[in-house]
Amino acid sequence: MNTPSLFISGGLNLPPPEIKICFCSLFFYFFSFCCYRAMKILVAVKRVVDYAVKIRVKPDKTGVDTQNVKMSMNPFCEIALEEALRIREAGFAKEVVAVSIGPSQCVDTLRTGLAMGADRGIHVETNSSFLPLTIAKILKSLAEVENPGLIFLGKQAIDDDCNQTGQMVAALLGWPQATFASKVVLDKDKHVATVDREVDGGLETLCVELPAVITTDLRLNQPRYASLPNIMKAKSKPIKKMTVQDLKVDVKSDIEILEVTEPPKRKSGVMVSSVDELIDKLRNEAHVF
Amino acid sequence: MMMMMMMQRLRRSEEFIRFGFTSLINLRPNKNSVSRSLSGFVNHYDTKGKLFESKNGNHYNTELHHRCLGKNLGMLQQYKCFGSSSASQIERNPLFSSLDSKDVSYFKEILGDKNVVEDEERLETANTDWMQKYKGSSKLMLLPKNTEEVSQILQYCDSRRLAVVPQGGNTGLVGGSVPVFDEVIINVGLMNKVLAFDEVSGVLVCEAGCILENLATFLDTKGFIMPLDLGAKGSCHIGGNVSTNAGGLRLIRYGSLHGTVLGLEAVTANGNVLDMLGTLRKDNTGYDLKHLFIGSEGSLGIVTKVSILTQPKLSSVNLAFIACKDYLSCQKILVEAKRNLGEILSAFEFLDSNSMDLVLNHLDGVRNPVSSTENFYILIETTGSDETNDREKLEAFLLKSLEKGLVSDGVIAQDINQASSFWRIREGITEALQKAGAVYKYDLSLPVEEIYNIVNDLRGRLGDLANVMGYGHLGDGNLHLNISAANYNDKLLGLIEPYVYEWTSKHRGSISAEHGLGVMKANEIFYSKSPETVAIMASIKKLLDPKGILNPYKVLPHSLISH
Repeated sequence: MNTPSLFISGGLNLPPPEIKICFCSLFFYFFSFCCYRAMKILVAVKRVVDYAVKIRVKPDKTGVDTQNVKMSMNPFCEIALEEALRIREAGFAKEVVAVSIGPSQCVDTLRTGLAMGADRGIHVETNSSFLPLTIAKILKSLAEVENPGLIFLGKQAIDDDCNQTGQMVAALLGWPQATFASKVVLDKDKHVATVDREVDGGLETLCVELPAVITTDLRLNQPRYASLPNIMKAKSKPIKKMTVQDLKVDVKSDIEILEVTEPPKRKSGVMVSSVDELIDKLRNEAHVF
Repeated sequence: MMMMMMMQRLRRSEEFIRFGFTSLINLRPNKNSVSRSLSGFVNHYDTKGKLFESKNGNHYNTELHHRCLGKNLGMLQQYKCFGSSSASQIERNPLFSSLDSKDVSYFKEILGDKNVVEDEERLETANTDWMQKYKGSSKLMLLPKNTEEVSQILQYCDSRRLAVVPQGGNTGLVGGSVPVFDEVIINVGLMNKVLAFDEVSGVLVCEAGCILENLATFLDTKGFIMPLDLGAKGSCHIGGNVSTNAGGLRLIRYGSLHGTVLGLEAVTANGNVLDMLGTLRKDNTGYDLKHLFIGSEGSLGIVTKVSILTQPKLSSVNLAFIACKDYLSCQKILVEAKRNLGEILSAFEFLDSNSMDLVLNHLDGVRNPVSSTENFYILIETTGSDETNDREKLEAFLLKSLEKGLVSDGVIAQDINQASSFWRIREGITEALQKAGAVYKYDLSLPVEEIYNIVNDLRGRLGDLANVMGYGHLGDGNLHLNISAANYNDKLLGLIEPYVYEWTSKHRGSISAEHGLGVMKANEIFYSKSPETVAIMASIKKLLDPKGILNPYKVLPHSLISH
């Protein structure tokens, strides 16, 4: 599938060296140029409960209450989409495709993506809520169909905080990954992306060959607002509907959510009246010693 | 003769200054480090006022404040810092008693030691208003915990003829919440309980000291919202909102407090508790007295409980930030919005390019949502129950306006975060103005087509002297006119007042749309109300507060209220 790599690796049964090199390099340059220009970026966006909403757990403890709550695009996915758009505007890619997996309302999220500037959308419709591994399998199938040069995802979704999907997609596809990106620089000629990653100790700079998977962190960029002219254009952009069956993905999950509960409420502090009482509490209640 | 007396008094005060009351000078916290110039008050309706203009030449040490130095000083003079040029030089009413230790011990008996505040630091903040324009010299602040205590305090103050100032969140912008001289401050901050909430009718009954934002959070958990929302919501009390008939951002949708307040409990000057705390939507039994208290700014009674009708929280809120080339387009958009968005329109605000620049320069983390800089920006908010429907309506309306050329550019907020950042721009203008230096603030109600004319006229009049900004609730015809300069100075003030008031009066506008009169505009009421109506207001004041102890020197002209 990675046609450019054939040329990079030098091919198999080759004609005489001089002609081959000339021919190859010409082709390589032309193809890579084409490829780059024709490069597609796939951005996965997730519809989640809005960041500013105070969430409540459902009384039956099966999950978080999402009825009548404001839903919007995951903030990290917005950042991912913004980066993809900037890369396209810089001339490194031709098309930005936004994809979302979920119920019919995901179309709203995709419309937001189109209003920001994505060229088209793909909606994989399903009423089940999938865990990261299943999502990764779906995205892998999509990548095999669409052939993007880059896949952008948010580093994690704010509803489950899993931070797994990007990494799993890269592993399933066998592509390099650069996660927690805080800066992305593409190199036209060398076909690589130089990514600054935010890690515990500071910043790590990685160089990944394309195609690659990049997950975005907060400081990468500030997403643009959906302007009126773009909203108008978005109305005519296509959103392709697909199902998991179309992509031939096995969605059986080996994880089952048993219960969702709220964390225990923080207890207020206790005033003690003497040192003896403090020692007594530390020993018998807090079991510190 | 008057002139001689005044000069004598001034000379005497000078002596006091020279004889080592320099410690008084350092009392004022120098928060803004803005040089403040003195201005004597000039009363237009009193020709005697003209004599005082010469006083303006004498610039005393502006940090000076006379404390009550015992009965020897006789007349206590209040030099208002960079205040309005209006009102005659306020003199302390000699009929009011001064506080003595017996009074303080009596209060301590009723309220307990903790809730009688004589601590200078705390009094410092309580004596100064939010804009740092007005400062009183009260020596006592009382913190009652319930209506009983308020009643006892007022009964005592009335019998002793001690002037009082009811105080809530102290976020008022016309100096109505701080003492002018040494009035006792009655702060209802401790009365902050929610008493009842009916989830069917949406009627909320709470004490006057509840902070607006806290009420909004409480209602949020029940699925309701307060019918009013303003920039000061983090600090203002509902009692203060009711007493000043606060407007805010949602007036266009839910109406004013006169409509949404169903009842209140107030204590009059002599300690009488008026229980008008109905929770009924309709009650046509007799004269509806609560309306007198709503907007009376604490001069007729202290509001202790409020019963207010809240609205169900609707799920779909959309916000658009659009840019227009000229004011005519803004008006047309308003008309179109009311027609096309109709029942879902919940806010319509505007700001001009000067305001936008100010906010971008002085506040952090704020960016212009629209890529181009235009002359006017409008915020349109819709609130409804059907997300897709509202979205489509708003988009269709905006796209049509775009096609017609009314709108040059715009964005729609995609999530709550983006919406808050748009609101931050509009709500942050006041804050940015404080940071920018000296500000002269006016709050006018004018016919919509005239609103921007006054801004342009004033700009022409002031030229390079100051930066004139216009923004406000376009949907309600309410302009917040602000003039920002590096320093306060009388020349500038003289160019602004009474020009602004006269301009407003000429167009039958209101010189105070929602801020109230306070002490800033106490003598300007005649620009917007006829003498006959004001005379009746004065008689009502006399009826409910014969000794005039509640919030003296404010709201009504001094000439009508004084001894």
